[in-house]
Amino acid sequence: MDLLIIFINAMLVNNFVLSRFLGICGFLGVSKKRDASIGMGLAVLFVMSIASIGTWSVYTFLLEPNGLDYLKTVAFILVIAALVQFVEMVVKKMSPALYDALGIFLPLITTNCAVLGVTFLNVQDKLSLGGSLVNALGAALGFFLAIVLMASIREKLDRVSSVPRAFQGLPIALITAGLMAISFLGFKGLI
Amino acid sequence: MLALIERLKNGLFGENPVFVQVLAMCPFLAVTTSVENALGMGLSTLTVLIFSNALISAVRKFIPNKIRIPAFIVIIAGFVSIIDLFLAAYLPDLYKSLGLFIPLIVVNCMILGRAEAYASKNSVLHSVYDALGMGLGFTMALSILAFFREILGAGTVLGFQILPEAYEPANIMILAPGAFLTLGLIMAFINNKNLKKGKDLLKIHDCESCGMGCDMPKPEKMNIKLDAEAIQKGGAN
Repeated sequence: MDLLIIFINAMLVNNFVLSRFLGICGFLGVSKKRDASIGMGLAVLFVMSIASIGTWSVYTFLLEPNGLDYLKTVAFILVIAALVQFVEMVVKKMSPALYDALGIFLPLITTNCAVLGVTFLNVQDKLSLGGSLVNALGAALGFFLAIVLMASIREKLDRVSSVPRAFQGLPIALITAGLMAISFLGFKGLI
Repeated sequence: MLALIERLKNGLFGENPVFVQVLAMCPFLAVTTSVENALGMGLSTLTVLIFSNALISAVRKFIPNKIRIPAFIVIIAGFVSIIDLFLAAYLPDLYKSLGLFIPLIVVNCMILGRAEAYASKNSVLHSVYDALGMGLGFTMALSILAFFREILGAGTVLGFQILPEAYEPANIMILAPGAFLTLGLIMAFINNKNLKKGKDLLKIHDCESCGMGCDMPKPEKMNIKLDAEAIQKGGAN
């Protein structure tokens, strides 16, 4: 039951993009085409899961027993960067098809604040390994939902509406995101 | 002295990290609920930027080119940890309200971007000037957005009542949607000015201008791939 609440909280109630403002660069930058946004969403799902497991293990078995809590910022970013590099090499070798689909997005999200953010939240909320993984899955699916919705809206927007010159590009994307955020406020009553 | 003024002007106006380069969107949207938070975040980022730029510039000749990005990240992360501990010890209230976004200064594209674009090529003194300009430019941008959000959302600025009591605060401005909507309008205003001057429209930061740009696929590459697919589909039809 707790895990379900963690999942819904991370995915909908406190959506990473629309209410916590994590991963905005990727959200605005890769949401012009829907195909690209799906790839980005899946890559985030992938990286967040392995990063959560990796940093949770490092924190629980290495940093906490030795009283090195203050090193977690440095340790986490290195663990994430190393894991992403490693996974990229493995995927490239083992499954070229998967690499073609996700590969180009992997280096893009190594230093995405959503990935680092979820690992900090795991530690801050003192979640177990299962809890961390569920939190990461929820956060990543929330990101996936937000970016795919956004890309679909922007594709339509480009096709059917005549946006004033000054609003084209970034401003209209931000205002669209604002309207999406208003609708996501509706999930607040869920928990 | 001249160099300092030139760098300050560059950071505040010419290459303002937010309003011109469109970098560091996450902290920018998240901590602008009040002017106080905005100043706290801006000054923390400024401090990290000054120290990291100075140190990176000082050691730039000893770092092998191939591992420079990881080396920069470790240096930045070190200074962020120091600021994190400092705020937790001396300014606990601010620390609580900024929360997650203090450790996340590590992944602020602006800092790594300055390390890569300026500090790794210039002397220590000039890098500090550059950090001052960029950091103040970021603080200014944060304060502008926070000013609008706080005055409309709470009727106050820095805690002082500005609008008359009769004004009913629009809570939504302090919640998440207010950040997106206000920034959208500010960006449209800047676009309008740019258009009148005959400059380009603002572009969403595509991680290319970020320090890590070197290993990253250029966005054009993605577009080409997608376009190729579209052409294939079109051909099949």
